[in-house]
Amino acid sequence: MTVHDFAAIAPLLILSAAPVAVMLVIAVRRSHAASFALSAGALAAALLCLPLAASCSPRQVTPLLVVDAYTLFFAALILLAGLSVLLLSHDYLRIHEERREEFYVLLLTACLGSVIVAASRHFASFFLGLEALSVSLYVLIAYLRINASCIEAGLKYLILAAFSSAIMLFGMALVYRHSGTLALAGLSPAEGAAEPALLAGAVLIVVGIGFKLAVVPFHMWAPDIYEGAPAPVAGFVAAVSKGSVFAFLLRWLLEPAAAGDGPLGAIFTGIAVLSMFAGNLLALFQDNVKRMLAYSSIAHMGYLLVAFLASGPRRVMACLFYLAAYFVTTLGAFGVITVLSDKERDADALEDYRGLFSRRPWIAGVFTAMLLSLAGIPLTAGFIGKFFMLAAGVASGRWLLAASLIVTSGIGLFYYLRVLAVLYMPAAPAVDVPVRPLGTLALAALVALLVGLGVYPGLLTDWIPAMAIR
Amino acid sequence: MILAWITFIPFAGGLAAWAAARRGARPARWISVAALAADLALLLWLGAAGRESGAETYAVVRLPWIPSLGVGFELAMDGLSFLLVLLTVFLGLAAVLASWTGIERETGFFHFNLLAALTGIIGVFVAADLFLFYFFWELMLVPMYFLIALWGHERRRYAAVKFFLFTQLGGLAMLAAILALFFLHGRMTGDYTFQLRQLVGTPLSPGEARLILAGFLAAFLVKLPAVPFHTWLPDAHTEAPTAGSVILAGLLLKTGAYGILRFAVPLCPEAAAEFAPAAMVIAVIGILYGAVLAFAQRDIKRLVAYTSVSHMGFVLLGIFAWNEIALQGALIQVLCHGVSTGALFILCGALQERTGTRDLERMGGLWNSAPRMGGMWLFFALAALGLPGMGNFVGEFLVLLGAWRASVPLTVLAALGLVVSTVYAVWMVQKTFFGLNASNWRIPDLGVRETTSLCALMAVILWIGLYPGPFLNTARDSLANLREAAHAVLEAQSAPAAGGDHDRP
Repeated sequence: MTVHDFAAIAPLLILSAAPVAVMLVIAVRRSHAASFALSAGALAAALLCLPLAASCSPRQVTPLLVVDAYTLFFAALILLAGLSVLLLSHDYLRIHEERREEFYVLLLTACLGSVIVAASRHFASFFLGLEALSVSLYVLIAYLRINASCIEAGLKYLILAAFSSAIMLFGMALVYRHSGTLALAGLSPAEGAAEPALLAGAVLIVVGIGFKLAVVPFHMWAPDIYEGAPAPVAGFVAAVSKGSVFAFLLRWLLEPAAAGDGPLGAIFTGIAVLSMFAGNLLALFQDNVKRMLAYSSIAHMGYLLVAFLASGPRRVMACLFYLAAYFVTTLGAFGVITVLSDKERDADALEDYRGLFSRRPWIAGVFTAMLLSLAGIPLTAGFIGKFFMLAAGVASGRWLLAASLIVTSGIGLFYYLRVLAVLYMPAAPAVDVPVRPLGTLALAALVALLVGLGVYPGLLTDWIPAMAIR
Repeated sequence: MILAWITFIPFAGGLAAWAAARRGARPARWISVAALAADLALLLWLGAAGRESGAETYAVVRLPWIPSLGVGFELAMDGLSFLLVLLTVFLGLAAVLASWTGIERETGFFHFNLLAALTGIIGVFVAADLFLFYFFWELMLVPMYFLIALWGHERRRYAAVKFFLFTQLGGLAMLAAILALFFLHGRMTGDYTFQLRQLVGTPLSPGEARLILAGFLAAFLVKLPAVPFHTWLPDAHTEAPTAGSVILAGLLLKTGAYGILRFAVPLCPEAAAEFAPAAMVIAVIGILYGAVLAFAQRDIKRLVAYTSVSHMGFVLLGIFAWNEIALQGALIQVLCHGVSTGALFILCGALQERTGTRDLERMGGLWNSAPRMGGMWLFFALAALGLPGMGNFVGEFLVLLGAWRASVPLTVLAALGLVVSTVYAVWMVQKTFFGLNASNWRIPDLGVRETTSLCALMAVILWIGLYPGPFLNTARDSLANLREAAHAVLEAQSAPAAGGDHDRP
């Protein structure tokens, strides 16, 4: 390893050192403020190191990791998401939990795992990163120990994640048996069709990834876990853990033919259509905002697969833009839930939002923006994202996917509008929670990004095409 | 840049009104009026300058927006767009004045939504880039949804959701059509762009053209509305607050007509020519069906809403007859229907504010206590039935004249609609202001504010009715251009086909 290698993985090094440092600080003296500041500083430092890493990229660092523009894009996305979850969690933890400091250690390790997943060019590093992410999440989801539903959610996630990891490992073993290497090599559909064991391996890996992405039919865990988990953690699960796994999926099946044609293509198409329909239809019946968002995120993963299955030069750009928009929107929506939650429970019932506009107009405005973005209405990033999805579907002539996208978007409007209407109803007498400055700051930044990307998507699209994936 | 100003001044005014609303409702209202008045002044100045220069387009804005996708921020205004934007700002002003006393809750947010919807509508009328057009098309929906859902009447939630779903689904189908056109054009020429002037004339196979036209019409026929897709309209118009109804009937429906005129037909003229007979049948069904249903209503706003279905049928008939006279008729009908229906909804709102009901059976004999209002009501009812001397008559007459050349039987049937409209219009007046005052109504007459804005609307109707020349002249060139563009494509497409025949042994 040379100096350049170290420079290229500097963000990862910072992210690895930070949890240890925070743990040491906790060992010396428990201080919420100190752990928070140290973690925020570490995330910011890792972000600031990205230009340094970019100056050395593209670079393969050991057979396991690759640092290219694609990796750096996701690293930036994950770190920014981590930072906003951190800001949202600060006040949330202050009112909820006595032992708050370890939360930050776990958040940092989860971010580390996610970045590794996005950077991996090797099944081994992918698996290591994924486990670092998952193990952190088991604990993060169950972090509020006095809350039974939290523990239940953590346990469920533990079992399902372990189960899906096992399936994925078996798939990797089958692929290894065929190719003799765990390094990521493009999987051509012809090869897959000729060699049943390889195809079986690939399908098992897809199943494992499907669990992480919570696409139908591997979606059952999502609503329960979003409902039970603390709101900021639910946002992290919805955005970061799905995003990084998708980053790996796209890198693995980079050739459009590998993803879109052959048996794998059929599987992905089925998953996409089912996710769009099931996600949107099931969301219709939810009175719990977190569950609604869970189903909505299932549908959004379905939308994302439309671009994933497309061919053409804009495929990668469409996926990346959509993911960025999805990150901002999801974190924003869960952020709103977070800042409205009180000590007893999270603000996840639809009734909690009745008349929010007259009580907290700014927060209601933020939530409106997020819901409109989820619904794909102009002036928001979600609109441009959905436009890209539909464009990708139409460009590659995938009419089934494009038609499903149109129909299910229409269905989706129902439940977003339902929440919107509740926000603006005459106010109900409700116990109001105090304003949370840090969380509000994060929300303000997210809304700015949302509208910025929605009005001038060039902010992102101008430099995405330059990102060659290795 | 002036075009961008005209488009976004209402939006900025809306934001300012929202911000000012914490000091009370009055500043919010005045800011809205000021913004729209400024917009109107700017627009009239542009119109005068544009006419002097004699150029085809009054103003153009071209800025890069998302170059990696071939999306530009491109606005253009010709005579047609100018008239429609003029109508938008004018009716917008009337709508703000009409909600002066009716809206008491969240006035700031109300005015923001009202003005944001106006920005969306203006944008639709001036966008010269299909992506931008779709952007504005969607942009006008959300504020409209809020206007209905928050300040509407009894069943507002239902009406708002229905409105939103209908238009949004139509809009998504249109988006798919736009994208298909974008990629087909890009593949053929290597130039991936959403610019309208580049996309017009894209050679399409008949199958492609039919699908693309279907996508566009899904959006436009819902918005217009044409008959099987009209069911959102009575609910939305009835449940919306007065200003919402004015904007819906006066402006939003017009975007559908404009879309067909500017986009659907010129982009796929061949498919449109194929579809024209069916469209004209739909139009005539709409004319008769709307008129008959209007007669059957007890709710006064619902009645006016159904007359819209009937009148927009004339517009559809005129557009698909696609000759000079019919198109001019359709345009005049669009303008006059906007003004007269807007006025009727303002009066409905005033009636409801004063009597607390919209039920025709409970009204009657109101003339004695409110003669000015009765006079206005009579005037606009007569305008709606198409009395000669009013603008609506000019529009309907020209449409029928033009449609006669396309299809005589359909024209005869459409003319029957005029008879039915007489029935409902007279009935509407008789039930409200004449007859027995069974409920002993004593209502205050129109105030200065209401009288002024209604007189302005009245003047426009009379102007168009007595001297439509300036309006027709303003739009003549743009309508001729649209027809030429369509004809050029038709000829270009028939030429290679004819050549192919010759090649055959």
